[in-house]
Amino acid sequence: MKVTIDNITVEVEPGTTIMQAARQIGPEIAPPAMCYYEPLKGSGGKCRACLVKVTQGSEKDPRPMPKLVPACITAVQEGMVVENTVNESVLETRKGIVEFLLLNHPLDCPVCDQAGECHLQDFSFEHGVSTTRTAEERNTFEPTDLGPNIQLHMNRCVLCYRCVYTADQITDGRVHGVMYRGDHAEISTYIEKAIDNDFSGNVIDVCPVGALTDKTYRFKSRVWFSKPVEAHCSCEKCTGNVTLWYKGDEVIRVTGRKNEWGEVMEFICNTCRFDRKKTSDWVIEGPTKVARHSVISANKYGANLIKPAFPIAQAARDYKLIDDDRDRSFLHEPAKIEAKK
Amino acid sequence: MKILTEHIDVPQIETLAVYKKNGGYKAVEKALKKMTPDEVTEEVKKSGLRGRGGAGFPMGMKWSFLAKPEGVPRYLVCNADESEPGTFKDHYLMWKSPHTLIEGMIVSSYALGANTSYIYVRGELMYVISILEKAIQEAYDQGLLGKNILGSGYDLDLFVQPGGGAYICGEETALLESLEGKRGNPRNKPPFPAVKGVWQCPTVVNNVESIAATSWIVNNGGDAYAAIGVGRSTGTKLISASGHIKKPGVYEIPLGITVEEFIYSDEWCGGIRDGHKLKAVVAGGSSVPILPADMILTTATGEKRLMTYESLSDGGFVSGTMLGSGGFIVMDETTCIVHNTLTFARFYHHESCGQCSPCREGTGWMDKVIHRIEHGKGRREDIDLLVDVAKKIEGNTICPLGDAAAWPVAAAIRHFRDEFEWHIEHPELATKEGAVYMRPGASWAQ
Ligand SMILES: Cc1cc2nc3c(=O)[nH]c(=O)nc-3n(C[C@H](O)[C@H](O)[C@H](O)COP(=O)(O)O)c2cc1C
Ligand code: SF4
Ligand code: SF4
Ligand code: FES
Repeated sequence: MKVTIDNITVEVEPGTTIMQAARQIGPEIAPPAMCYYEPLKGSGGKCRACLVKVTQGSEKDPRPMPKLVPACITAVQEGMVVENTVNESVLETRKGIVEFLLLNHPLDCPVCDQAGECHLQDFSFEHGVSTTRTAEERNTFEPTDLGPNIQLHMNRCVLCYRCVYTADQITDGRVHGVMYRGDHAEISTYIEKAIDNDFSGNVIDVCPVGALTDKTYRFKSRVWFSKPVEAHCSCEKCTGNVTLWYKGDEVIRVTGRKNEWGEVMEFICNTCRFDRKKTSDWVIEGPTKVARHSVISANKYGANLIKPAFPIAQAARDYKLIDDDRDRSFLHEPAKIEAKK
Repeated sequence: MKILTEHIDVPQIETLAVYKKNGGYKAVEKALKKMTPDEVTEEVKKSGLRGRGGAGFPMGMKWSFLAKPEGVPRYLVCNADESEPGTFKDHYLMWKSPHTLIEGMIVSSYALGANTSYIYVRGELMYVISILEKAIQEAYDQGLLGKNILGSGYDLDLFVQPGGGAYICGEETALLESLEGKRGNPRNKPPFPAVKGVWQCPTVVNNVESIAATSWIVNNGGDAYAAIGVGRSTGTKLISASGHIKKPGVYEIPLGITVEEFIYSDEWCGGIRDGHKLKAVVAGGSSVPILPADMILTTATGEKRLMTYESLSDGGFVSGTMLGSGGFIVMDETTCIVHNTLTFARFYHHESCGQCSPCREGTGWMDKVIHRIEHGKGRREDIDLLVDVAKKIEGNTICPLGDAAAWPVAAAIRHFRDEFEWHIEHPELATKEGAVYMRPGASWAQ
């Protein structure tokens, strides 16, 4: 099946979603995902970060789709043409989504354990604007403990439902994850009951933000000061394939291994995650490959050092003050603007 | 011309005996014994009946989309969740004459080949639920429900399900989730209910009024129904009229009368209350755009506006509105539009299910901003901000509740921008008890 995304055509299997097809092409084209999580059945379609424009529905029915569609749950059709990064309305809508997700977000990144590996940080940095239009008070919730090892900061939650699907799909029994509605909806304490399950810790890994964090790791380090290493052990409950996070010689955190889209490849058990914190518990495989843009790689691995493309001294010399009147105000005193000669 | 409410005031019409005496259950007899399911569907198609739940989708066409794979059960679900502010027609019909709905359910289920059907009733209407259950029991006792109905070989079980107590459970896929015993979150579409509905089986969801109308169509033929009304707006429609009119209530109107006649004639609303005059109308329940008096009475092209799907939406979003679910809210000049918009915005903020970010965050944001404006703390940029937030919600959400929240705000600003500006520029006047903005040159007197 042929599908064209941002003028690049790929061949994909029937049943592939626009998101999967775009990911095949590469991260430059792939729409951002705040709720979709490939390993979790039923995930996606909620955050609307991945909305794209379908300018041609299929070869048979070439009409454009009237509304933007979520790339993560829309199946491609033969001859479909999709616009993501090249479409003005898509980018404009995405700015709006960032704004919506940040509207009630506490912006407490300086004290949040997720900072540095937070998808909301990346999403707003890449797709948002640097100003805010809201003057309203934010909705707030008290932090709660979900069992001995997991903390929930509801303030930071983006209601992606990933933890709900995780609790539902890899732990036993039906779990009702969300209570209340709208912007007062909360991840419910029913999850607390599922939390003595052997695999409950995975909700931390799937959470795109710092809403669910590992209490055994709490405030131990900023993520970019730690060094991720691949390791395994023979575990009776899970595959035992993990990432260890070192600070000096100390293992400060254990997580599942993630692919380049930030999705856990194999869910790990709570024993591996919370209790095996000694190097001697593990067989070390080697350093984790870290994407170059990630702050985690900064200043750590020689090969990943970021070299500016031009000499900085030269850039300073060439710097010109730009005559910029973009911040003039229409509502207050109108600034007098000189005519350009 | 009355179709649904002809006998509604007959004493004890809620009992099967009286209902039958007034011609009830003839349609069941006729459909099950003399017609094939496809023939019933054909009559409904011919009638031009359009869904009365809000969207106005042709009912016959919806039925024909129902997937019919071998060996998989099909379901009919009646949407009786009716929670839209301003709409209270289904409630009235079920409470007064439950058998009208039950008869329609039997006929419609037969046409669709459903052997199990549900009536999903708004959770707050407990007494309506017990009325329906009593009526259903009577129908079982008379062999109108259950196995081998009237000896025709057709089986149908009918259940009443109390709703989850949320407006969003009226959205058809949220309703199905709730019916399955889950949280009432709307589903992403596709798949549509016609392919995967309740219990993942093909399902038709229809409004109470839509279903109730099918028995008359079976009795009198689709053509007779189509003869009432104008153009593609056929038949009669229940309108729940509320607000500053002399006679609020539920009226069954033939589609096609003028809006002016509906508001001012003694047969219907009886005019605006004494000493006051019409300021604005929300014609189809809180979700549809509000229109000022001149625009609701005449279209942009100067024609008299009719009570039809087409005429009410004439002019699109610029100068039109929608027939929606028939919640007709009339406001006279004592109504503060900002206050009214706040009431609606607060409702949608409260009722958003919270799944998708534009609606979850946007509805709360609009509510907070309008709340500030209403309380004298508005900023000039707030008005454009509201319009922009509404635009960013519209069309970008999982279900139409997002649109339904965005339209009333955007329309109120479009048509009454000066009123919002006045609130922002003169907070000291606007926050006075009962203060209402008056346009220059306007007067209070009739
Ligand atoms: C937020 C929301 C609430 C709704 N509430 C109702 C309702 O209370 N009753 C109803 O019949 N339809 C309601 N609808 C429309 C239904 O989704 C659906 O279109 C309708 O039941 C179909 O029936 P019809 O074709 O007979 O109109 C609602 C839609 C939305 C988006
Ligand atoms: S707690 Fe995290 S994973 Fe769960 S819904 Fe909120 S943001 Fe998503
Ligand atoms: S539009 Fe609103 S009500 Fe509908 S699914 Fe999204 S959040 Fe829920
Ligand atoms: S990633 Fe597609 S809607 Fe969230």
